[in-house]
Parts: sequence; C-alpha cells; structure tokens
Amino acid sequence: MSNLALKEILYKMADDLLVFGHRNSEWTGFGPLLEEDIAFSSMAQDKIGQSQALYQLLHQLGEQEPDTVAFTRNANQFHNCTLVELPNREYDFSLVRHFLFDTADALRWQMLMQSSYTPLAQLAAKVRGELRYHTLHANTWIKQLGSATEESIGRLQQSLNELAPYALGMFERSPYEDQLIADQIYEGEKALEARWQQAIEKTLAQTQLTSPDWKIQTPHLGGRVGEHTEHLQPLLDEMSEVFRIDPGAEW
Amino acid sequence: MLDSGKSIGPLNAELLSWLEEVKDPEIPVLSLVDMGVITQAEVDGSVARVEMTPTFVGCPALEIMKQEVEQVITRHGFTPEVTVSFREPWSSDKMTEKGKAALKKFGLAPPPASAQVFHDLEILESATCPRCNGTNTELKNPFGPTLCRAIYYCHTCHEAFEQFKPV
Repeated sequence: MSNLALKEILYKMADDLLVFGHRNSEWTGFGPLLEEDIAFSSMAQDKIGQSQALYQLLHQLGEQEPDTVAFTRNANQFHNCTLVELPNREYDFSLVRHFLFDTADALRWQMLMQSSYTPLAQLAAKVRGELRYHTLHANTWIKQLGSATEESIGRLQQSLNELAPYALGMFERSPYEDQLIADQIYEGEKALEARWQQAIEKTLAQTQLTSPDWKIQTPHLGGRVGEHTEHLQPLLDEMSEVFRIDPGAEW
Repeated sequence: MLDSGKSIGPLNAELLSWLEEVKDPEIPVLSLVDMGVITQAEVDGSVARVEMTPTFVGCPALEIMKQEVEQVITRHGFTPEVTVSFREPWSSDKMTEKGKAALKKFGLAPPPASAQVFHDLEILESATCPRCNGTNTELKNPFGPTLCRAIYYCHTCHEAFEQFKPV
C-alpha cells in the first residue's frame, strides 16, 4: 500500500474539515437566532476535532505534529476544496454550503467505514454518529426555508446556483484514484459524487428549490492541488495568528 | 458496573475502581467508568495501562481527563501508560445504568438507546424531563452548551432542560 495515496486522501479530508470548521466558527456570536449560533459553533468544534484526528493519523504516517501541520502551512500547501474556503456571506449562502458539503462529508465517511486502512475505518465508525446531527441540521433548514416564503426560496436558490460549480470541486479526482480503489482504501470520488447527487436531489425534491443541472456546470477545481481562491490565505493568517506568536508555547 | 462483555480489552477491577475518582469536568457527577470511555484497564507489573476513547472526537475535556487518569495511577504507585484510541468507538449506549441515574439526578436527561437514532431521527423529537418526568417535551436545539448535549423544553413544568445526546 502506498503511503502517498493514503496521505493524499487524509490531507484533503483533514484540510476540508479544518477550513470549514473555521468558517463555521465565524458564525459564533453572529447567528440569525441563538440556536443557529450554537449549532454552527458546535459543528465547528466537531469538525475541527475530526480534522485533528485525521492529522493525528498523518502524524502516525510520519507527517509533522497536528498543530504544526494545521498552523504553519501556506494556502498553496492546503488540499481543501475551494467550496469550504469561500467567505460565509449571508446565512442563506452558509446554509446551502453546509448542506452541500455535509451531505458529501457524511457519505464519504460512511464509505470509509469499509476502508481496508483500519485506523481510518475505526475513525469513520466513530464520526458517523456525530455527522447525523450535522446532516439533520442542514436538511431540516433546507426543507423548512426551501418551502417557506418567496424571499427564503429565492435566496436559497440563488446560493445553490452560485455554489454548484464549487460543490463539484469537492470531487476533484486524485492522481491516486485507481490505486485507492484497487487497495480498497476508498471507493473513489466518482462513486461519491453519484451518491451525493442522489442525496441532494432527494432532499431538494421535498422543497420548492430546483436542483442545478450538474451536467452543464464547470467544476471549480484546483483546491486539492493547492490552487485556491484569494479567500484562503487571509483565513489561514487569522486562524494561525496566535500560534505564530509563539510556536513553542505549552498550552 | 461496567459490562466487561462490551469491551474488547481486559478491564482490571481494581484499576477501574481507582478511575471512578476521575469525573467528566463538564459533568462532575459522572465518572469515566460510568461514562463508558475506558476501553482497556490492565495492570502489568508496575505499569497500569489504560486505553480511553472520546465521547465526541472534538471533546476538549479529553486531554484533562487523560492527565487526571495519569495522576490517579501515579498516586497509587504505578507507572501510567494512557492512550487514546478509536479501536472501540464510544457510543452513548456504553454509559452504565449507574451513570444514567447520576445524570438524571444532576438534572440532565440520560441518552435514549442510540441504535434507534440511526433508524429514526424522530427519537430526538421528545425526551423525558429529568425534573418532573413529563414527556410533553419539545426539542429546541439538537446542539447545546457542550458537544454532547441537546436542549429541550418541558411543557409540563415549563422549564428548559438538557439531554445527553444519543450518538
């Protein structure tokens, strides 16, 4: 089994969760309702915890300590998809992104429960219960606001259309795709993308929202190989500001 | 007590009784043993080996609990070897009956059986009020003040309460 292939999937998942966890945490104190403030803050904590567990697996494969990996790399060394680095903007935009990302994330972890790489399969079994709360949260609000008023439906639809190409960037193929599949580490991005589209459409069918036509979208690729939007570096600067003051500090 | 049949590692009864002293810092009535996060407790010569697993992956209390386990073992004259593992993932079903009773007394509704969560999320829609035992309750937020708690409202005694989340 090649460590390069394994590291590639661990890095992209860990970086997705760290960056998205940070974006979720930016809702702390700014949620439209107290409940939403708490929900996004809790999900942030879950995601950052999950990213730390993945960085820990990478550490066991010879990479640096989780804190070093999380706080000392620059944007071009991050493997997250560009979807998760976009600024939060308004609540509708954050909510649609949460729905698109978490649906894929939950399915990805579910697939990884069968992974031949045991530490990852064990972590997947643990994370499964936590993610049920994230997808429950996303689906509940998409169904409610996606069938509520003209304004709520219009806002969600616009965010959905705008985010569709970025969402497809989640499934950017890895150079190790065939190897991961052959080694039964992971069923691959193509399989995940197909399941994700089905799940997204199933929820959208229960609303007045229209699913984007996925075939005519141009996926926003590059995130997995370190090509990011201008929004990632400022996020990393803010996230690592305290760490960089004294990298050797004992917490 | 802990049902050792649920655990894959050996559980030394005396070592476990020491760990009863260590409580969850966010729920000070609940010991690590009752919470079900100890997946292995073994004495090997002068070494006391403990394996623990977090309730939630991002639980910020884990490091503190790990340190306290090490201190308790050292106090009893053994060398601690404490590891954190997902080998045997935690679920709320691992909580002992004693632990659930302690939670209720503390004012937190204990978690319902989690197996049901995966079949039917409606189980989250209601909970039993830990104060008045009323069942006319409403889920206000599946996310609460800590990762492991949800917020409910009881229509019988008109008070908000929290439930330890099934997971």
